[in-house]
Amino acid sequence: MSVPAKKEEIRLLSGNEAIARGAFEAGVKVASAYPGTPSTEILENLIRYEGLYAEWAPNEKVAVEVALGASMGGVRALAAMKHVGVNVAADPIFTASYTGVRGGLVIVTADDPELHSSQNEQDNRHYAVAAKIPMLEPSDSFEAKAFTHLAFELSERFDTPVFLRTTTRISHAKGVVPLAEPAAPPFRPGFSRDPAKWVMLPANARRRHVLVEERTRALAEFAETFDGNRIEWGDRSLGIVTAGVSYQYVREAFPEASVLKLGLVHPLPSKLFREFAAGVARVVVVEELDPCIETHVKALGIPAQGKEILPIVGEFDPRIVRLGIAGEATPVRIPETVPQRPPNLCPGCPHRGLFFALRKLKVAVTGDIGCYTLAALPPLGAMDSCVCMGASIGNAHGMEKALGPEGAGKVVAVIGDSTFLHSGITGLLNIVYNRGCSTVILLDNRTTAMTGAQENPATGKTLRGDPTRRLDLAALCRALGVEHVYTVNPHDTEGTESVLRREIGRPEPSVIITEAPCALLSEHRKAKRPVYEAIPDLCAGCKACGRLGCPAIEWVSFAPGEAAARGKKATQKGMARINPLLCDGCDQCPPLCKWKAIRERKE
Amino acid sequence: MSADRGDVFLAGVGGQGALLASEVLGEAFLLSGHDVKKSEVHGMAQRGGAVTTHLRFGPKVYSPLIEPGKADLLIAFEKIEGLRFAHYLRPGGVLLVNAQEILPPSVATGGERYPEDATERLAAVTGRFYLVDALAAALAMREVRAVNMVMVGAASRFLPLPESVYGKALDRCLPERLVAVNLRAFRAGRALIPPDAGAAAR
Repeated sequence: MSVPAKKEEIRLLSGNEAIARGAFEAGVKVASAYPGTPSTEILENLIRYEGLYAEWAPNEKVAVEVALGASMGGVRALAAMKHVGVNVAADPIFTASYTGVRGGLVIVTADDPELHSSQNEQDNRHYAVAAKIPMLEPSDSFEAKAFTHLAFELSERFDTPVFLRTTTRISHAKGVVPLAEPAAPPFRPGFSRDPAKWVMLPANARRRHVLVEERTRALAEFAETFDGNRIEWGDRSLGIVTAGVSYQYVREAFPEASVLKLGLVHPLPSKLFREFAAGVARVVVVEELDPCIETHVKALGIPAQGKEILPIVGEFDPRIVRLGIAGEATPVRIPETVPQRPPNLCPGCPHRGLFFALRKLKVAVTGDIGCYTLAALPPLGAMDSCVCMGASIGNAHGMEKALGPEGAGKVVAVIGDSTFLHSGITGLLNIVYNRGCSTVILLDNRTTAMTGAQENPATGKTLRGDPTRRLDLAALCRALGVEHVYTVNPHDTEGTESVLRREIGRPEPSVIITEAPCALLSEHRKAKRPVYEAIPDLCAGCKACGRLGCPAIEWVSFAPGEAAARGKKATQKGMARINPLLCDGCDQCPPLCKWKAIRERKE
Repeated sequence: MSADRGDVFLAGVGGQGALLASEVLGEAFLLSGHDVKKSEVHGMAQRGGAVTTHLRFGPKVYSPLIEPGKADLLIAFEKIEGLRFAHYLRPGGVLLVNAQEILPPSVATGGERYPEDATERLAAVTGRFYLVDALAAALAMREVRAVNMVMVGAASRFLPLPESVYGKALDRCLPERLVAVNLRAFRAGRALIPPDAGAAAR
């Protein structure tokens, strides 16, 4: 648990916990973020510290604007997001590069090589280059905390926002970190007017751009002597240039090699590269995803290897690094062939009832980012697209316009409550404004579920758990001009289906809000719920209940002759069983059984 | 695994508490003065999918990931998951598996069968294979959620740490009211493995 600590205390912290601790120790006063794997725990940990303000913003753009405003107000500020969050926040970030800062401003970008929990594998080091903002990249939790301190110092020293880039194996890997006491803030809060710095009218921005270029040159000079960029001389036959978690894999795979380890990945130190290359026989650049460092090294005329021998997709491990550089690694046993275990909607998930109803309607379902994206998998298989936060609504409208009259009643958009508030509102406004007739289904499970149940403006609670005004989703939709807004209970699949049929056919925009809490919320878990069972004597083995794809409903195959022994038709191949350890009592399956075999279990 | 370094790979199904188990082990290594790294994946994978943790200790640990073929101890919370990640185990490593069967979706819906020879295939992975019924032990305590600590207790027989350190680790990882029940689960798990099993594994 991250709490203020005694001196000399050491803790096992994840990269995210270490960043939160580092920000606390650096005297951060304002932090804003939208949850997104693998960045979410930064704010969840930060809020446990006293003496600072932290919040969930509706999206990453707002988070960066809030942090920039706090910087203007003279305090150290932080915004955190996953890699694709930076796409959303890019607008303020690119101009914050021009305005610079007053209090230190740190933007954490948590990239996700291997796409553990993301829709793409973008390399956000490109943003540092494009926005002309320096970027630090820690290689473990120890550096994650140290670089967070440093990021605030560099931000103030060079009058620039600073990116702190992590990857999943930094964010969610734990390492040993010594804790320190928080430092006093560098200066007092307060805003002094300075239009030439803060008002980015063209005339001011032109002058700021010149300063940005001067700053980048100064930072490139700093990079040459910065002790986070260091050469570890070893065997001179192999020299490896690396940064981030790749450094750890390099050290593991080639403990004897010479290594140039970068802590600052933008701007890059050209003289240091030349010095290193002159001292070794072979230069290899080891970096996950894109050849950002490699391209710079090669542009200097240094013969180096990189993506010719190491993958450009996915994450690394020591074996991949060894295999790429040495061309060989110890053989390992062939992985066993076993049934796949993809993630699934939880038992009792309200989304399951909605998608079960939706699947029957044979409509195109444009989807969005959240747990419900899992409904694209069999047996529900009830989602046809997933692009980015909020895309479902624009996608549905575009498809409807493309299909013309033929498309009426054939397309629906599905989006979660938090995702809708993140970037779906404008899409819905667009449907109303441009006379679309798509149906938008808002999945209101009263939390931001996929990232582990964070609050949002529709839950009525803040990051700290304090009560706040709860957004009325239905009223918001009506205010946007949607006349037909209906709320259903998704666990009632029949009732849901009938509302869906009516609204999808309606030649006007409509919104259906499915309202039922996430099955993982503690309020729900504490509530007394029934447990169901399938009565073996009544089950006819029709598998109707299995179409829900509920993890609690299991299929038990009959052994030869078992059907007859049980007094069943000889053609019956097995029967359903409800796992009492998993059943959540959601009541979705009993109505599906025409044999009335599913009943409440009596202890 | 030697007394001063080792690689422990944990594999389970989302919801089984494998992450908390790895948390306790990580703290136990830290409290014993080791350098520790631990890597896991949160988010989408946790929704009933396969969940893994890489846990490494030693005088100085670099990589947060264990290489395939290098784990000294593989703790599987479910038989299929033990098989899925068996290639992470080094030759001669210890494979500790919970006998519990959690059906993957393709099996639960009748599309595939649960591998009937799972136990035999696990036994073929290494000569040091231990199958424990952690669910039965947890149910005997009337605490189904304690499966993870039963597994930690069983695993402790193979780790070069004093028994007393696990209680301290539990103190650091859990709210006070949950420590006692988890400590009982730990002891129940430890009793499932013969005391001399670990020594022979090194």
